[in-house]
Amino acid sequence: MMSKRKVKDAHLPVGECFTELQRILRERLCHQQLPDKPVGLEAQHKNLLELLKRTAVHGESNSVLIVGPRGAGKTMLLKCVLRDLLEEKEVHKNLLQVHLNGLLQTDDRIALKEITRQLHLENVVGDKVFGSFAENLAFLLEALKKGDRSSSLPVLFILDEFDLFAHHKNQTLLYNLLDVSQSAQSPIAVVGITCRLDVLELLEKRVKSRFSHRQIHLLSSLAFEEYVERVRTQLSLPDDFPDGKFAEDWNDSIKTLCEDKSVEDVLQRHFNSSKDFRSMQMLLMLCLSRVSVAKPAIKPADLLEASRLCFADAKANMLHGLSILELCLIIAMKHLNDVYEGEPFNLQMVHNEFKKFLQRKSNSMYKFEQPVIMKAFEHLQQLELIRPADSSAAKTQREYQLMRLMVDNSQIMEAMQKYPQCPTDVKQWAMSAFG
Amino acid sequence: MTALLQHPGYEEEKLQRVADQIPCREVQAGTLLSLMGQPEQCSFPSIFIYGHRATGKSHVMNVLLKELELPHATVSCVECVSVALLFEQVLLSFFGGDSASQLPRSPSLSDFVRIYRQQCSQSAAKQTRYIVMEKAELLRDTDANLLPALLRLRELVEDNVSVILLSEIVWDKFRPNTGCFEPILLHFPDYSKGELHQVLSQDRHPSYSAEFYSSYINILLGVFYSVCRDLRELRHLAALNFSKFCEPLEEGKAKESDTHKLWKNIEPHLKKAMQTVYLREVSSLQWEQMQEMEEQETKTMRGLSAHTHVELPYYSKFLLIAAYLASYNPARTDKRFFVKHHGKIRKTNFLKKNEKTSNHLLGPKPFALDRLLAIFYSVVDSRVAPTASIFSQISSLVTLQLLSQVSHDDQLDAPKYKCAVSMDFICAISRTVNFDIVKYLYDFL
Repeated sequence: MMSKRKVKDAHLPVGECFTELQRILRERLCHQQLPDKPVGLEAQHKNLLELLKRTAVHGESNSVLIVGPRGAGKTMLLKCVLRDLLEEKEVHKNLLQVHLNGLLQTDDRIALKEITRQLHLENVVGDKVFGSFAENLAFLLEALKKGDRSSSLPVLFILDEFDLFAHHKNQTLLYNLLDVSQSAQSPIAVVGITCRLDVLELLEKRVKSRFSHRQIHLLSSLAFEEYVERVRTQLSLPDDFPDGKFAEDWNDSIKTLCEDKSVEDVLQRHFNSSKDFRSMQMLLMLCLSRVSVAKPAIKPADLLEASRLCFADAKANMLHGLSILELCLIIAMKHLNDVYEGEPFNLQMVHNEFKKFLQRKSNSMYKFEQPVIMKAFEHLQQLELIRPADSSAAKTQREYQLMRLMVDNSQIMEAMQKYPQCPTDVKQWAMSAFG
Repeated sequence: MTALLQHPGYEEEKLQRVADQIPCREVQAGTLLSLMGQPEQCSFPSIFIYGHRATGKSHVMNVLLKELELPHATVSCVECVSVALLFEQVLLSFFGGDSASQLPRSPSLSDFVRIYRQQCSQSAAKQTRYIVMEKAELLRDTDANLLPALLRLRELVEDNVSVILLSEIVWDKFRPNTGCFEPILLHFPDYSKGELHQVLSQDRHPSYSAEFYSSYINILLGVFYSVCRDLRELRHLAALNFSKFCEPLEEGKAKESDTHKLWKNIEPHLKKAMQTVYLREVSSLQWEQMQEMEEQETKTMRGLSAHTHVELPYYSKFLLIAAYLASYNPARTDKRFFVKHHGKIRKTNFLKKNEKTSNHLLGPKPFALDRLLAIFYSVVDSRVAPTASIFSQISSLVTLQLLSQVSHDDQLDAPKYKCAVSMDFICAISRTVNFDIVKYLYDFL
């Protein structure tokens, strides 16, 4: 391989270097490894850390919501804060954590069980029967009280996907947690993480009034230069990489990559469509996956290719795989849509349109029987490229069921361009303004 | 040819074996493999693979995971009627039987994640674990939380696990309301004609030469390619029609090289097969039997379609014809069609029809029982009394789903119906009673 000469003076053989490189970068891109500092979120970090410290050290109850779009770094922020919080000795001994996720704890009974488990109180609860949810929760918190005085251990409740908890019946869990955090019972901090800005509207009045209305917003105000910088840091190797020379070379190659004009264009395009971490990581992951001994650096062309993959129009891809008959039906639907301004259509109309085409100018297609057409039509429905216009279709015959086309004209045109061995008359038919 | 699949961390020999089993899918397998990385490294949390039926999604995935001996669980969402089965299968294939038995009776996602974590802490993963979900579109119909949770399963269980979803439907139709963790999207394109040819040619009959079989595949593709690109379906058709193709050879009428003669012989059969076998109206066994029968009685060309063989009583046929007329003719034209001396109706007035609203495009209209009976009396040639037998025949037509009742069941005095048969069907019926239905249809005046 061509890169063998490069590493004569290195400490590690080149294969191992690349294995190590892949391990480190993949850990970063796919495993959500925490950064040393939450870049760009310093203020929020400080704010949240202070808040939680007050609960952990002084036993002050609190509630806070972290709100931000998906991939903005909400969980990352919280994890960073927790990591820093636990570094303090007295906190580490004292603080109890309960992690709940709206996706997992789908109702309050499950959530309560999970709380019991995470507080290691299964034995204490035993076979006790509780009258109400509040009673149960109060018992759990009571159990955490220390022997001396009335002080008890602070508990940190972290509710991921907070909005989903608002859909639980009567919002019992939220009501009780926030109620405890309001009244001077046991010290607890409730931290909710959500991507819904309107999350407070979902809360019942009695729940809302018990919430502290403290919200931390993560609305990214990232500039493009910072975005590029972030790409660079994400791909750079750390200083403690075993083979210093290799790491240096790699970091240099990343730096030149980020300065390339075409790369900048691609990144600009991604930046314009979304600034979040996750989509960037996906893009970089696609680039990184191609790096190996045989291909020792990320080239601008790789980034272009990865970006093409990210932005590929899935529906146009699917249209590409249709048979000619199915494609003809789609074109007929497109014409019907154009003529009747988006009114729904049924199979008979589509077939009629197709027949008109066959009579007029087709010499490459032969006539298909109605059942064959029907099968093609049903396949399109299966692929959800067309969808019934109303749900009450049980009683009408299949050929008269009203449908809507779920594909855009431009997608059809794009697919037509790429379609292999498309007969010219079909192509012309698709291009023509009137069926 | 050098091996197309190359990746550090895997044995060359195994990769070669993989490459042999996936003709024409090397590019996709290569992309997948590079995303998966070496077994000990992290892979992306979730990958969504989409593509048409029979483009090798499951096959490539299974071959890769099996041959490279990676820890994996393959779950078909069709089989998992409840989430419990899904959880059980995943736990079973990762941690063995003990873990699966720890699941409570109707497990929630919370239980699954708890047990997974617990097991995982006991036997930590050295290699990436893969969960493959086939027919992932069905996940949308289950619990709304399941799909988002699976997509971020890695975070939830804190293990090096990667979820791979396979589906025919594009990702856009999966995305939940508030969004979720976005997977990497990979497209498996359809096989091109050449690739289809290559794949299909692989299962040739050992007693015939490769060129011969490949020319057969060529002819087959020529007929079916415009209708069907589904490899599985084409394979079925190829197997079914091959014996017919070889017939002239066996009878000594042609040599293997007489492509034109062979083509002449097989083409009509393939066309017929398109109308019956492709639509799965008959089983392959029936198809073979029909072909044998045809040879015995070549002069009677019987319709192969199953639709034409419906036997009905005499009056039922007329009732059905009347229902068809009532459904597809506007009520105002009844006078013109069914009254003997309808006076003078000006043709221009009568024929002010609007091209766009042909009833055969819009579908049948509902009609009242009275109108059906009135038309029935005028089309049937003898006098019929409105007896209970006539009414019971109407209700049996409804049971046969040739008519459908549109009004509510509790409306006893004036029920409304719709005719639910196609034009071809009604023409066949009216031919048996010597009734020229086309003359009575407003659309065909």
